[in-house]
Amino acid sequence: MKNSDIANTLAIFKREFLSYFNSPVLYVIVVIYLLASMGFTFFFGRFLDSDNASLTQTFFFWHPWIYIVLAPAVGMRLWSEEHRLGTFELLMTMPLSPWQAIVGKFVAAALVWAIGLALTFSIVITVSWLGSPDPGPIITGYVASYLYALGCLAVTSAASAYTRSQVVCFIVSVALCILLTLIGYPGIVDSVVRTLPGSLEGLVRFVSYLSFMDHFYEMTKGIFVIRDVLYFISVIVVALIITHLGLRSKRA
Amino acid sequence: MIQVQNLRKEFGAKVAVDNVSFTVEKGEVLGFLGPNGAGKSTSMRMVTGYFRPTSGSIKIGGIDMLESPEQAKKSIGYLPENAPLYSDMTVASFLGFCAEVRGITGAAKAKAVDRVLDLCFLHRVRNQSVDTLSKGYRHRTCFAQSIIHDPDVLILDEPTDGLDPNQKHEVRQLIKNMGKSKAIIFSTHILEEVDAACSRAMIIDRGKVVADGTPESLRKLVPGCASLDEVFRSITRSDLEK
Repeated sequence: MKNSDIANTLAIFKREFLSYFNSPVLYVIVVIYLLASMGFTFFFGRFLDSDNASLTQTFFFWHPWIYIVLAPAVGMRLWSEEHRLGTFELLMTMPLSPWQAIVGKFVAAALVWAIGLALTFSIVITVSWLGSPDPGPIITGYVASYLYALGCLAVTSAASAYTRSQVVCFIVSVALCILLTLIGYPGIVDSVVRTLPGSLEGLVRFVSYLSFMDHFYEMTKGIFVIRDVLYFISVIVVALIITHLGLRSKRA
Repeated sequence: MIQVQNLRKEFGAKVAVDNVSFTVEKGEVLGFLGPNGAGKSTSMRMVTGYFRPTSGSIKIGGIDMLESPEQAKKSIGYLPENAPLYSDMTVASFLGFCAEVRGITGAAKAKAVDRVLDLCFLHRVRNQSVDTLSKGYRHRTCFAQSIIHDPDVLILDEPTDGLDPNQKHEVRQLIKNMGKSKAIIFSTHILEEVDAACSRAMIIDRGKVVADGTPESLRKLVPGCASLDEVFRSITRSDLEK
């Protein structure tokens, strides 16, 4: 990495990050996110009735379902907007590598999501005030939740590289995120294992191992496993490589 | 400054640009002429490094575009067709962003932005959102972006498209003045612009170069044709005659 690489990536990052705050979409998403995450916690998670100073089953449990919809809403403009405006052509004729642009933009979206997640701090205060929670699962829960959001964002980045329509990007990304979530959902995996011949069980378990869900729940239980962190990092890397291929195909 | 050799671009089975070669030196303004769909934009997109050619070579100031694209792109300024801009930015912040990506920061950035705001008469709208600009201002903002780093090579795809007669005149004057110290390629449909701004012109039809020379020599190309307009019509084919 040369200094100019970092400077280019930073320039892209800065523009992208600031542009989120110029659009009402971001504020709408953050508000919906906060309402949804708190609503799920108190109404469906029955946080107050659970009599348990833990956030695993009441708060973090619902995050994947929120991210499936909201992460694509944040990320759908990443490349689709560049294609639609034609600024993609401008960007690709400037002296920077596509990777600098891909990383700069992704980090901007990731930071936006970090802000959203940080705004849920009130639930931590609440749980600490009501009881004395074990900080371990809360920390790993936040890490897992953030990695889940980044995984969904990276998938959205890949989808947005291929289309100029934000709507198409959104729908495709939501579908992919649902798929990556459900193939590891215990109820679904068990029923598939029961229906298929026993010889295929290994395959089904392997596919479910590739899902976001599998790795997410391990971490929210408070077990900080390097393997699960590496899993999400590799999902992000693969999705960004697919983004790169998509952008290259637009220039062929 | 610009050396293009045997450039060819295929989109599937369709050949968009076929064996195009040319060089442009500093102090030259090359006009790209040709009917719609002749391959002008595709050629320019290859020279600027946006499209990868199927075959052929492109050198900008001696640097190979295909081998070291980031290095070669440093000395190019480019105005794409339709003048794309980030609609959520102001004119000044957009130009500032373009300067930063080109490695111009701090005080130098403020100076560079001021310089192009002056050159393109944009001071009045500097803090206006790009969204709310009229077409002429949008075009000039994108043009300003292309000269923010004072490049040696300038590639302009229909720089006068959509401008009113006064603005057209200004842009032509700007191109002519900058042409004294830079290598410039610009494409146009308007033949009078060739006389107004170019030192050389090339006519492209269906991906091939059909004429190349000074505006003066092009006029004499076809016996019996008095104007560039007639020459253009006699050597390029219209859509009617496939």
